Amino acid sequence: MQSSDKESNRGDTRRDFLKKSSVITAIALTPAAAVKAAENQADERFAELFEKIPLNITVNNKAYSTSVEPRVTLLDYLREELHLTGTKKGCDHGQCGACTLHADGERINSCLSLAVMNEGKKITTIEGLASGAELHPMQAAFIKHDGFQCGYCTPGQIMSAVACVNEGHTGSRAEIAEYMSGNICRCGAYPNIVDAIIEVSKGGAKV
Amino acid sequence: MINFQYLRTTSAKSALALLQKDKNAKFIAGGTNLIDLMKRGVTSPEKLIDINHVPLRQIELVGHNIIIGALASNTNVAENKLIKEKLPLLAMALNAGASAQLRNVATVGGNMMQRTRCGYFYDTEMPCNKREPGSGCGAIGGFNRMHAIFGTSDKCIAVHPSDMCVALTALDAVVVIANAKGERKLLFKDFHRLPGDTPQLDNNLKADEMIIRLEIPANNLAAHSHYLKVRDRASYAFALVSVAAAVEISDNKIKDVRLAMGGVAHKPWRLTASEDFLKGKEANAQNFEQAASLAMSGAKGFGENDFKLAMSPNSIIEALNLATAKV
Repeated sequence: MQSSDKESNRGDTRRDFLKKSSVITAIALTPAAAVKAAENQADERFAELFEKIPLNITVNNKAYSTSVEPRVTLLDYLREELHLTGTKKGCDHGQCGACTLHADGERINSCLSLAVMNEGKKITTIEGLASGAELHPMQAAFIKHDGFQCGYCTPGQIMSAVACVNEGHTGSRAEIAEYMSGNICRCGAYPNIVDAIIEVSKGGAKV
Repeated sequence: MINFQYLRTTSAKSALALLQKDKNAKFIAGGTNLIDLMKRGVTSPEKLIDINHVPLRQIELVGHNIIIGALASNTNVAENKLIKEKLPLLAMALNAGASAQLRNVATVGGNMMQRTRCGYFYDTEMPCNKREPGSGCGAIGGFNRMHAIFGTSDKCIAVHPSDMCVALTALDAVVVIANAKGERKLLFKDFHRLPGDTPQLDNNLKADEMIIRLEIPANNLAAHSHYLKVRDRASYAFALVSVAAAVEISDNKIKDVRLAMGGVAHKPWRLTASEDFLKGKEANAQNFEQAASLAMSGAKGFGENDFKLAMSPNSIIEALNLATAKV
C-alpha cells in the first residue's frame, strides 16, 4: 500500500490512483477509505471495517459509478444496492439458475460472480428485457404457453431461454432441454417452457 | 462470505509478481468453484488476485500443437471450430460438464484447479483430511457412493470432479506453468496427484506458480472419439463414472488408442494397460471386454460405491463401442 500513499501525497485522489493503476488494490484501512464509504452512505460499522472499491457497471442500459465491498456478489449488488429484485436468489451456489442474467451478452449465474469482477460490463436482467410496456418476445411466449408454475424461477428461465436461442441451441426439444438444464427448477423438462422457446426460435430474430 | 483483499491485474507478469509477494493469495478467474467454497467457509483466502483481464484466452494451432490459453472459457473452447474438428473428445467432455451459465464463465485453468465435490470436504462440521489435514476421513465408512475405486489411500477417497481433465489426460496434453523467473512444462497426466498422505494437495502446481496455457499435440483420433458420462440425471450432474475413448483405426486394426476415466480416482485415471493391450488388435467386442477387464486391476470399492466396480468396465466397453461406431 506504500505506492498508494505516495501517489496520494502527490495530490492525486485515491480514486484517481486506482483508475490509473493496472493493479487495483483494496482494503487499506486508511481514513480516506472511511470517508469515501461514508460519502456513499454505507453502514458506518462496515465502513470502519472494510473498504469499498470502485465499480463502473451498466445495468439495463443505465450506467452506474459506485463502489462495493469485494465480497458482494453481482446478484446481491443488483438486489440490495440497485433494488432490482427481478433476478432471484435461489440456492446461491450456482446450482439452480434462478439468478441467471446476461453479462456482455452471455448468460451467467450472478450468485457466483463478484460484482467487482464485472467492472465495465453491460448487464441485462429480467427488468431490462421489455421495451416499456411491450413485452420481450420470450416473455410473451412464456405467458402464452404457461411457462411458469410458482414463477420464482421464471426470470432466470427466461434469461436462459433468450440466451439459448441466441446461442443457436434450439435444434431439437432434447437440445433445448440440455441447454436449459442449468435452470434446475422445471429443468427444461417442463414442456411448456420448451414450447415457448421453440416459438421464439422459429421467429428467427436475434432476441 | 468473509471479506478479503481484492487485486486486479492485466498481465501474467504482474499477477506472478503479486503472488511472489504473498504466496497465500489466490488467483480468481471464473470463480465458479472458488466463490462457492468461500461462501460455504471451506476456504477463506485473505487476498484474491483477479486475473480475468490477463490476455490468455487464445485458442490456436501453432505447428503441430493446439494451444489453449489458461483463461479461455469452457464455452469458447467447446464451441471453437478448431477444437471441434481436431479435438472433438475435448469439446464433448466440456459440454458434458456443468451448465451453459457456468461454462460461459469457467476457465480452462480454473477447471484444472477445481476442488473435489466430496460432501465431507464441503461440510465444515465433518472430518476431512483434504480440508483439514489430520482430521480424518468421513467418507471411508460413510456416505461414499460418489467416491474413488482407484488410487485411494487410507487418508482420502475423494474423486476429481472435472470432465475436461479426463479428456485432456487422454489427449496427452502438456501444461505450461510459469513463475516469476520463467516457464516449465508438465505432462497433464502428472499435473494432478493421488491422495497418499497429503490429500490436501490436489496437484503439483507450486505456491508461486500460475497455469499459462495447454499444448495439445495434434493426433489422428478425431474420427473415433467419444466421451461417455454416466450420472444420476441426464444433464448437469457430476459423473458417477466417465470414460474418454479415442481410437485410430487403420486396416481394421487399432493403430492408436487413448482411454481415461473420471469419477473413479483422485485424479483423471489413464488406462495404460488397456491401451497397450488394444494396440495392434481388431476393434471387436472380445478385445474391448478384455481391455475393460485389464483396466480394473487394483480397483477397490468402499461399500456404497461398489457398484462402480461393475459400472466401470461396462462403461469402458460402451465408450469404445460408441467411439469406434462413428463413421
